[in-house]
Amino acid sequence: MISGIHQRESKAIERGSSLGRDAWLRLRKNHLAMTSLWFFVTVVLTCFLLPLFSFVPDPNATFPELQSQPAFSKATSVGGDEVYYLLGSDHLGRDIFSRILYGGRVSLAVGFLATAVSLTIGVIYGALSGYVGGKIDAAMMRVVDILYALPFMIIVIILTTYFGNNLWLLFVCIGAVEWLTMARIVRGQVISLKSQEFVEAARSLGLSQWRIVFRHLIPNTIGPVIVYTTLTVPAVMRLEAILSFLGLGVQPPDASWGALIKEGADRMASDPGLLVYPAIIFGLTLFGLNFLGDGLRDALDPKSSKD
Amino acid sequence: MKTARYVLYRFLQSLFALLCIITLTFFLARLAPGGPFLDEKAIPEHLLEQMNKKYGFDKPLAVQYGLYLGQLIQGDLGPSLGNKGFTVKQVISEGLPVSFILGFIGLIIALIIGVPIGVFAAAKRNTSVDYGLMTVAMIGICLPTFVIAPLLGEIFALKLGWFDVAGWENSTAWFLGAMTLGLYYSAYIARLTRGSMLDVLSEDFIRTARAKGVAPGKILFKHAFRGGIMPVVAYLGPALAGLIGGSFVVETVFGIPGLGQHFIKAASNRDYTLINGTVTVFAILILVMNFLVDVLQAWLDPRTKTRN
Repeated sequence: MISGIHQRESKAIERGSSLGRDAWLRLRKNHLAMTSLWFFVTVVLTCFLLPLFSFVPDPNATFPELQSQPAFSKATSVGGDEVYYLLGSDHLGRDIFSRILYGGRVSLAVGFLATAVSLTIGVIYGALSGYVGGKIDAAMMRVVDILYALPFMIIVIILTTYFGNNLWLLFVCIGAVEWLTMARIVRGQVISLKSQEFVEAARSLGLSQWRIVFRHLIPNTIGPVIVYTTLTVPAVMRLEAILSFLGLGVQPPDASWGALIKEGADRMASDPGLLVYPAIIFGLTLFGLNFLGDGLRDALDPKSSKD
Repeated sequence: MKTARYVLYRFLQSLFALLCIITLTFFLARLAPGGPFLDEKAIPEHLLEQMNKKYGFDKPLAVQYGLYLGQLIQGDLGPSLGNKGFTVKQVISEGLPVSFILGFIGLIIALIIGVPIGVFAAAKRNTSVDYGLMTVAMIGICLPTFVIAPLLGEIFALKLGWFDVAGWENSTAWFLGAMTLGLYYSAYIARLTRGSMLDVLSEDFIRTARAKGVAPGKILFKHAFRGGIMPVVAYLGPALAGLIGGSFVVETVFGIPGLGQHFIKAASNRDYTLINGTVTVFAILILVMNFLVDVLQAWLDPRTKTRN
């Protein structure tokens, strides 16, 4: 036992135990978070890679004569095409499984895109505000306070009226209004970091201010940033789904998980599968991301864990 | 004195935020491509000019903005461009009470369900009861309103026939709508209550009370609850804002003629005056709620106001 610990310690000295490695070791012990992580990775890979193979049918190919086929069924269209419906077909004979895959691409991609934008703005804004300090910091944080008071959902719906025809642009804009919490988190981190010795050392070595902020301060805020990023992705995906549900997001015939849930809700009485399959995959993905976020928080900052 | 200064500061901040929203929506609405008169069929040039003149769209933007602010202060929101013959005020005063009642009942349902679950889970922390309740709450958070609403409609309105499928007047569909909102937010409130109750329960004064031999139930409700409920109070403001977003979905599913319906229609029809009017009303509503919550918090918990 003792020799075991000793061995591990000496190894740690050899390799150097980084924050990331420690966190990974702690995360690996959290079964729920690990399951969530693998599930999420599987969903992402399936949605992005599987449609590259030709056996996944075109999500927009309609077969009016093959509507509402049951799951796991094979059917032949009038044109002589043999279609295998893994999860059945919808009211236009489109393959539900394929639509869920393609819809997942859109939902996940807008989630990543908006999160990336909010991450970039939030981290830079928060780091600069915290590093500069003083009156500029106060002014920058007042701006955040005021933006916080704006009703987010309403701003987003207004944005849809201007960028509604371009989903990607819309979500870049959503990212551009989502960065507030990230900025606050990074600012708090930077304020507590900037008085530490390593920053002083960097300054006495004559490094430029920019280099200190971007090479020395921002990389040290990575823990909380990763956690919050994991929680932003599902928030944005939910937003996309709400917008598509209200008819303001993805336009038919294109699919996203929100748009599919909307289509399913409209036809729930006749074909519950249309609602249930996309709702399950959407719910599980959000479920996984939230658990992963909680797990990462515990792993990256053991002190903050509640119980 | 300090409280008064804090309240004044928050009030001015809210006012400034409101001005920002009004300005933002005004300019966004005017700079957007496409106009309210650009219908499917082309309108003759001179008619378009006339209509632009009638609504003042021919003046410079800055002048329009000034006129708009002046009208707004007098409470005049102008005519609705999309609903011919109605003023924005009429449309809003029709929809707002509906949305407000729906959201309010939803919030009450959320509190009635969420707070006891949170307190109970905290009292039974780290038992299977706790884990079970929190897993259910997590599922509730991940199943968005647009999944819950159609499911409730399917089960309770179509299959069981207990409630009406849609409608507002002389209809029971509102209950399903409020229930959707309530269930969704109760999950958040349960998590929040549990977390803050756990924080309070680990404090020294609770240990003292326990050592004194105070009954566990009394400790939970008399000693811990008052502190533990604070974050829930703080959450009521954002919850209301979120309820409005959620009520867009619920109003759509259950055909409830609230403000959300009008707003979405206005957004897709580019009914500028109605967009600006609804946003202003929503913004005032949310800012007032946030303001009240902050003041209430400062009053309940003297530590809060020293933050600023």
